[in-house]
Amino acid sequence: MSSPPETRAKALHVALAGNPNSGKTSIFNGLTGLRHKVANYPGVTVERVEADIALPQGRARILDLPGCYSLAARAEDERIARDVLLGLRAGEPRPDVVVAVVDASNLERNLFFVTQLMEMGVPLCIALNMVDVAQRSGVPVDAAALEQALRVPVVPVIGRTGWNLPALREAVSRARRAEGRTWRFPGAGEEALGIVRDAVGRAGTVPPEAVEGEAVRLLVGDAEEGGRGGAGVAKALEDARARFRAAGIDAESAEAECRYALCNDIARRARRVAPSSGPSRSERIDRIVTHRVLGPLIYLAIMALIFQAVYAWAEPFMGWIEAATEWLGGAVSAILGPGVLTDLLVDGAIAGAGNILVFLPQICLLFLFLTILEDVGYLARAAFLVDRVMRGVGLHGKAFIPLMSSFACAIPGIMATRTIESRRDRMVTILVAPLMSCSARLPVYALMIGAFIPDGWQAVTLLSMYALSVVIALLAALVLRKTLFRGGASTFILELPRYKLPSAKGVARTVFDRGAVFVKQAGTVILAMSVVLWFLAYFPRSDEVRQRASARIAAGEPKEQVRAEEAGEQVRQSFAGRLGRAIEPAIEPLGFDWKIGIGVISSFAAREVLVSALGVVYGVGEVDETSTALRDHLRQAKGPGGKPFTWLTAVSLMVFFVLACQCMSTLAVVKRETNSWRWPLFMFGYMTVLAYLGSLLVYQGGLALGLA
Amino acid sequence: MTAAAKTPPAPLTGLDQVAPGHCGVVQVVAAENGARRRLLEMGFVPGTPLRVVRLAPLGDPMQIELHGYHISLRRSEARTILVQPA
Repeated sequence: MSSPPETRAKALHVALAGNPNSGKTSIFNGLTGLRHKVANYPGVTVERVEADIALPQGRARILDLPGCYSLAARAEDERIARDVLLGLRAGEPRPDVVVAVVDASNLERNLFFVTQLMEMGVPLCIALNMVDVAQRSGVPVDAAALEQALRVPVVPVIGRTGWNLPALREAVSRARRAEGRTWRFPGAGEEALGIVRDAVGRAGTVPPEAVEGEAVRLLVGDAEEGGRGGAGVAKALEDARARFRAAGIDAESAEAECRYALCNDIARRARRVAPSSGPSRSERIDRIVTHRVLGPLIYLAIMALIFQAVYAWAEPFMGWIEAATEWLGGAVSAILGPGVLTDLLVDGAIAGAGNILVFLPQICLLFLFLTILEDVGYLARAAFLVDRVMRGVGLHGKAFIPLMSSFACAIPGIMATRTIESRRDRMVTILVAPLMSCSARLPVYALMIGAFIPDGWQAVTLLSMYALSVVIALLAALVLRKTLFRGGASTFILELPRYKLPSAKGVARTVFDRGAVFVKQAGTVILAMSVVLWFLAYFPRSDEVRQRASARIAAGEPKEQVRAEEAGEQVRQSFAGRLGRAIEPAIEPLGFDWKIGIGVISSFAAREVLVSALGVVYGVGEVDETSTALRDHLRQAKGPGGKPFTWLTAVSLMVFFVLACQCMSTLAVVKRETNSWRWPLFMFGYMTVLAYLGSLLVYQGGLALGLA
Repeated sequence: MTAAAKTPPAPLTGLDQVAPGHCGVVQVVAAENGARRRLLEMGFVPGTPLRVVRLAPLGDPMQIELHGYHISLRRSEARTILVQPA
């Protein structure tokens, strides 16, 4: 009993699947334009990209699945792709059609995945991508011959230029189920497979047409995964594996062997000529780019360029955003006049929004470079060059760029970890990235060094802070890899894709996406936290303090100074001020008093806020790190027990700032990237402990040695 | 160890022992669990001819060509792939 109106309204679900580096994303872009939504799959760190498009036969919803080398793989993003394709993911309909993207210049390995798809019983059509590259490399592929071999529609396309995409749209309606498995396990293997097939059929977890493919997949895939089909399937798997063992057949190896034999055969039929053996253009580029001497030099030059971009080129844009925020705040105060609402809007909401937008230049610049390098194929080579170095601390070669970028700012750095495929490697990199000394710590160093460190020692001190941050980050990586993220020895099985030109549109899309995802998904958290922090530092207000200040102004005292002192008094008795006093006993052993406590609490908004927060607390008004008035106040300040602040206090505070996660934006972005509050909380916890212990060691150690 | 003393056929060696520019044919993939499956999927199946293209500047990882594409492996991973040198 189908109801026609509903059938008409129901969009066709199309999934785009394919190997990494197959140009899947450029085809997605070509099919969808820029109308797509980016989100996370619930509960995991994998991104979900989807768009609505119009196809000749009607409306369709197209889902860009994570790149996969295989359906039996164990990587998190490949599991997601597999679950969606099998209709096993809650809330995610099984696709009506799968468009498999195949890199024509890398046919055998791409077909490995396609033959797995063909066994899953889902209507399929093939986008034979990069036919131009295959042609140029002397291995042209005949789409018609491939179609004949696979018996599903094959459309040659060039995703980068959009060539022949209309034909691909049209072919979606011709998609058809492939004939299923055309290879056989040797010897007793088939019989053993039959046991699993029957059990999967009885369990009914997958549609009948996918039973055979699912049985093969379970047999060669994850041992734990059989549990999903219930006890029956698990038992059958055990039984079948025992039979394979008894017959002396290694199921995993046999499956891959048979499948590659099939792929080689299909590829042979689809190619007009046998591959030539001369060095390809990619190989000639590789000779220079991965050269023993030139390679590292080119690498360093590119890294220096990226660092310069994120560190220096972003600066003017950030300045404009800050100026615009300030201007808007000023304009709003002028219109609304003084009052709580104005303060909330200006110091809470507008300043909070500014806090979000100010990261955009760095994020966009880093992703501009990263995307170009990835599209070109250099990113894999970059990882290849430094993997040996990074491995010493248990990190992946691809962790270098995220960590280096974190010297400018951990936020783009953490976002850049998405190029690391292994979840373990990625998590470790995310968790140590905020330890790298970012540029927001500089004003703190500048203030403290300027106020307390004698000339001649200043540069050394600054350098030591950077050195400390690197050493601790690497040690933390080592420890995390040996504890929380132990095992599953990290691998470096990394495809080195053919070099190719990036497409401007594709690069623009990625850069835009990363900016938009940050503003929308991390931004909301940052904004909320900004308002909360504002609230803590603003309330409760004391009328008494205000009246006293007004009386002093009326009595002829200089208005500006009185107002600055009033602001200091107000903050001191606010919730943040009370919190600062409450934690004083805890921070006393670090050499800090409650005023610094307030500064540390306020600077959770962003590290550099410490400077202006101290300015307010000491009643010198809004200042920056070069303010001599603030430096004087700090030098005259008395620490715990009436001891004056010394250079030891300054070093202790700087060490605290090197190690502590004083940055809500970082936590917000970790929440977005890991899709859980667990990791940002863990990060905040372990870094705070580290900071406390580091500071304690410096201060108490210094006192014990009689240094100050 | 003269060439004459070597008895044909050449014994199997780990892929990490194959010098850059030299070729071999995969015989066995002895890696463990996840890495093993991934190596098989990437085309390191028995009977596959391959070529060691080069080593990274620090001698590790290795760049290998097989099935018409290039892939990088750490030496520790390459060691688990036994090849018949060609």
